[in-house]
Amino acid sequence: MEVHSGDYRARARRIIEETPEVREAVTAATRTFVEHRLEAFADLDEDALSHWAERVKSHALTHLADYLEEAEARLVERGAHVHWAESASDVHRILERIVRDNGVKKVVKAKSMLSEEVGLNPFLESCGVEVLETDLGEYIIQLFGEPPSHIVGPSIHRSLDDIRAIFHERLGTPRDASPERLAAAARELLRNAFLTAEMGISGGNFLVAETGSIALIENEGNIRLSTSVPRIHVALVGIEKVLPKWDDLSIFLQVTAKSATGQPVGCFVSIIQGPGGSAAGEPDGPEELHVVLVDNGRSRLLADPEVWEALRCVRCGACLNICPVYRQTGGHAYGYVYSGPIGAILAPGLVGLEETLPLPFASTHCGACKDVCPVRIPIPDLLHVWRKRAVERGLTSGVERSVLGLWASVVTRPALFGLAEKVAGLIPDQVVRHLPMLREWSAGRELPRATGRTFRELWDEGIE
Amino acid sequence: MRVSLFVTCLGDRFFANAAADAVRLLRSLDVEVDFPKDQTCCGQPAWNAGDVPEALRMATHTAEVFADADYVVLPSGSCTAMLRCTYPRLLEAPAVAERSYELAEFIVDVLEVTELGRGLEGRRLAYHHGCHALRELGLETQPVRLLESAGAGVVPWEMDQECCGFGGLFSVKNPEVSVAMADRKLDTLPDVETVVSADGGCLLQLDGRARHRGLPIRFKSLASVLWEARRGGA
Repeated sequence: MEVHSGDYRARARRIIEETPEVREAVTAATRTFVEHRLEAFADLDEDALSHWAERVKSHALTHLADYLEEAEARLVERGAHVHWAESASDVHRILERIVRDNGVKKVVKAKSMLSEEVGLNPFLESCGVEVLETDLGEYIIQLFGEPPSHIVGPSIHRSLDDIRAIFHERLGTPRDASPERLAAAARELLRNAFLTAEMGISGGNFLVAETGSIALIENEGNIRLSTSVPRIHVALVGIEKVLPKWDDLSIFLQVTAKSATGQPVGCFVSIIQGPGGSAAGEPDGPEELHVVLVDNGRSRLLADPEVWEALRCVRCGACLNICPVYRQTGGHAYGYVYSGPIGAILAPGLVGLEETLPLPFASTHCGACKDVCPVRIPIPDLLHVWRKRAVERGLTSGVERSVLGLWASVVTRPALFGLAEKVAGLIPDQVVRHLPMLREWSAGRELPRATGRTFRELWDEGIE
Repeated sequence: MRVSLFVTCLGDRFFANAAADAVRLLRSLDVEVDFPKDQTCCGQPAWNAGDVPEALRMATHTAEVFADADYVVLPSGSCTAMLRCTYPRLLEAPAVAERSYELAEFIVDVLEVTELGRGLEGRRLAYHHGCHALRELGLETQPVRLLESAGAGVVPWEMDQECCGFGGLFSVKNPEVSVAMADRKLDTLPDVETVVSADGGCLLQLDGRARHRGLPIRFKSLASVLWEARRGGA
């Protein structure tokens, strides 16, 4: 997908000022997620679980090549085709060949953020293939022609009224249809698509090396159908999704579901190990299984000792839900497929810092994300690494650098500091509110009320 | 016992009276307070901006100023977090890191005083937890305990632990989001006379927004309110 992160502030402002209902919808949805998450972990030793999950993921990532080859070998043994894609265009090329070789005209898609990351839908459409999203949230944003605004809840920025209106326009449901009626209308359309599509495309929550198993978590049954009914199934799996052992999987499924929505596990978990009719005991399923292992910047990120830990992410969205910055705008402000705190550390790693500024600065560094991450990614520290690099590479604003440099020069000279404080106190508010940076403060806030004297003056006079 | 007060740059300019109240409070607890004159800013603005060399200059200066202090007490949670949690990443084994305490933290954890007086009898307050105080220092119960033991009702506030939107430079780099965050705090505030916080930046943010909207809410530094607790009932 195209990256528009450079416009973060303008996008955020537009969302806040022009579509205040988005802020309300996102805040309500994320708060519900947060409450459910808290309940889900209430009786568990969350700390022990996250330490364990961190260890397993870090181990997998530091032995990634071995585990990926193990997973590939197991999948190939069962008759799956395994493809390695270094970039988005590699994914496109691989999919184009599968589509052409099999005369595919219609694809049903299960929810996959990786497919958004590599811009798969527009590419397939450009090949003349009809693509239908089958996750209800994804289907809704497909109708609106929008990217997802949240990793787990792609359409949480949309209100019920928005959805009623677009369903009325596109599917002919009544203007005041109940959510059940809307879901039924989508269901009817999607059921037919499952039966007529030649190919299903999914992502993969986890890839178990030991057994060559792709695990998928969902609630609607659409993943089960997308991956088993059409003749061909293509799974796009990020190379960082690997888990070493089968025994690791059950805990990761639980930790991910609990962190995401507070569910014990998803309503459905699909485990895919090979095509149907394969020797190793997969009686049902598609005739062909293609697994595309996607790098797209991940190995570069992995090789970066300061930021590699971002790759532990299991895409639960807990950091988005808890983030007070994310809650004001939802994900579209970030201009990248992954939004919120995790997006702000993944984007510069996967795409490039210059292309994704100012995302590492789109955070108050409040630290709430760090406390909820089920794999203990030190998100605030990683944000800081990207900020540091932005300064080192001269990518931050000249005004900001000058102000900070001046400030450092003043505060390391105490006599000058005292003088500067006095001078600052003499500048009238009418002037202050037009100074660089303070101008931005004054747009929605009054300037601080300075006390008449500084503390050091009070101290010199004597504090009674 | 002797402590060095680090008033912080915001405290010096914008919360001078609150800092003076911190001095009065500490003295009333038989603590001798000194004020090293060469102190300025801890360097947090530069650190948060990613400007490590400038942060290092300021941290080096501050660590030198307080090198001989038995305790450094700050009327600011986030600056305390800068000294305690970030200085060890900038400087080699800075002594100042483990000797620094936020004011309420110092009173409860070091002095082991949990009742200052009864000077807040009948007051209805809300307490805003600064993010770095809460999540880096683990300062959660101490301020509330001191307020409540002085007779104040600290009214539950569903958003009391959510960020106010200040975030230092964030407030001027992303003013629209920053203001929306302040609004979320203000719009969920229960019916109280005063909002108390240990962090100057948060107070400037919330007070600045509340005054802009014409909301009749008072914002006060924890140091001043704790001094009221002491003075009123001592």
